[in-house]
Amino acid sequence: MANSSMNGKTDTPRRDVDVAVRMEGVDKWYGTFQALKDITLTVAGGERIVICGPSGSGKSTLIRCINQLEVIQKGRITVDGIELSGRKNIDAIRHEVGMVFQQFNLFPHMTVLQNCMLAPMKVRRASRAEAEATARRYLERVHIPEQAEKYPAQLSGGQQQRVAIARALCMNPKVMLFDEPTSALDPEMVKEVLDTMIDLANEGMTMLVVTHEMNFARSVADRVIFMDRGEIVEMAPPEEFFNNPTHERTRAFLGQIS
Amino acid sequence: MIRPFGWNEFELILFAVRWTIVLAVMAFVGGGIGGLIVALLRTSDSRVLRVATIAFIRVFQGTPLLMQLFLAYFGMTILGFSVNPLVAAMVALTAHASAYLGEIWRGCIEAVPSGQSEAATALGLRYFNRMRCVVLPQAARIAVPPTVGFLVQLLKETSLASIIGFVELTRQAQIIDSVTFRPFLVFSIVAAIYFAMCWPLSLAARRLERKFAQATAR
Ligand SMILES: Nc1ncnc2c1ncn2[C@@H]1O[C@H](COP(=O)(O)OP(=O)(O)OP(=O)(O)O)[C@@H](O)[C@H]1O
Ligand SMILES: [Mg+2]
Repeated sequence: MANSSMNGKTDTPRRDVDVAVRMEGVDKWYGTFQALKDITLTVAGGERIVICGPSGSGKSTLIRCINQLEVIQKGRITVDGIELSGRKNIDAIRHEVGMVFQQFNLFPHMTVLQNCMLAPMKVRRASRAEAEATARRYLERVHIPEQAEKYPAQLSGGQQQRVAIARALCMNPKVMLFDEPTSALDPEMVKEVLDTMIDLANEGMTMLVVTHEMNFARSVADRVIFMDRGEIVEMAPPEEFFNNPTHERTRAFLGQIS
Repeated sequence: MIRPFGWNEFELILFAVRWTIVLAVMAFVGGGIGGLIVALLRTSDSRVLRVATIAFIRVFQGTPLLMQLFLAYFGMTILGFSVNPLVAAMVALTAHASAYLGEIWRGCIEAVPSGQSEAATALGLRYFNRMRCVVLPQAARIAVPPTVGFLVQLLKETSLASIIGFVELTRQAQIIDSVTFRPFLVFSIVAAIYFAMCWPLSLAARRLERKFAQATAR
């Protein structure tokens, strides 16, 4: 840990590994409304970042820019050394970046297994047998191998979200983005999804997680980011972030949610 | 001179059905392909394509099919093609059905939550596979009832093609009526024949709907 004096907006990855995601001076506008203001962020390979902040602060927008679900107007984004521009690169980046949504977004007309096999077959050109083997392996890892033949509507919310995680993992991504993965879940199902994410973190996955689960942030995150009005206000390791945040806005926010 | 209404007359009416069927099949197939194209253009990311498609839809929804048939028919002669009612009917019915089906299907595509398309995009699926594997199968489920509703209406509307020379069901009935003076009998028969064609369509639609419903909610 070379950098123990991190405070405020210090943007140094804690680990000395390759850079997984780099955002430089990113601006994002929706018409005349600026949703992201000069975002600069470097995420090291294997690093776990938790992003929190009030509603409308731009958390979703930030992570959705990384796989270009939203197009940025200014700045640069690179993922695993690939610059996010041009159709080829964008495709290449989407192959490396998995995403999990608040509303699961499983394909309701396909079984769990088919959900997991679709992208590997269509995008990676895997054979049916390969894709099925991969899908079953990841369903096993998220502890629902027995649900493979069911349709999403037959599963609980927690199970659906774990399928969504398995579906993303089937593409063998280098980076995983999570947008409030537990916010749509009943309280008793939050833990099973968080546990799955902790497993993933322990295996060394690079993760950017938008969440208000502060216990998850404390125990898993390498750095916690606080966003407000489209800006990164504070970025620090969890101990520092929670114990002595430098910014008034961060303190106010932490006061509200705890 | 009044002719009695006999087997001969009945046969004439029955055989006129073949034109109704030919016209309807042309309209269904042409409109099905054209409608899909219109729906996809109408929901595309390109503003130019969207605007052009809206213009097409407005024109063909805003003018009577009868005029479209006329214009296609006489337009061909003006453009120097020989007069061919079949081609004219095909052009007009295809354009007409494409505009309506396109607009119906656009609504169905837009009814699929945007998260579906986003999840597919995030998984790396490009437009073609995103549409084919994720969006259209879900849109198709909700598209069945309004689509069949329109097709049934379209089948009945093919009678308008008599204006450019087709002696289809309705036109043949008018001819027979004018020589037999048995309007109630003649038009009852015609109504029964239309019904016999439309009813199975509705039945098939209901079966399809049930099948789709089972496939998701097992
Ligand atoms: N498609 C859009 N068009 C216009 N404005 C948008 C769009 N998407 C988001 N915004 C605006 O951008 C801002 C940031 O939105 P974003 O969804 O990133 O917030 P968030 O931090 O994820 O909030 P939440 O906690 O509610 O999910 C908000 O003010 C929102 O109204
Ligand atoms: Mg959000």
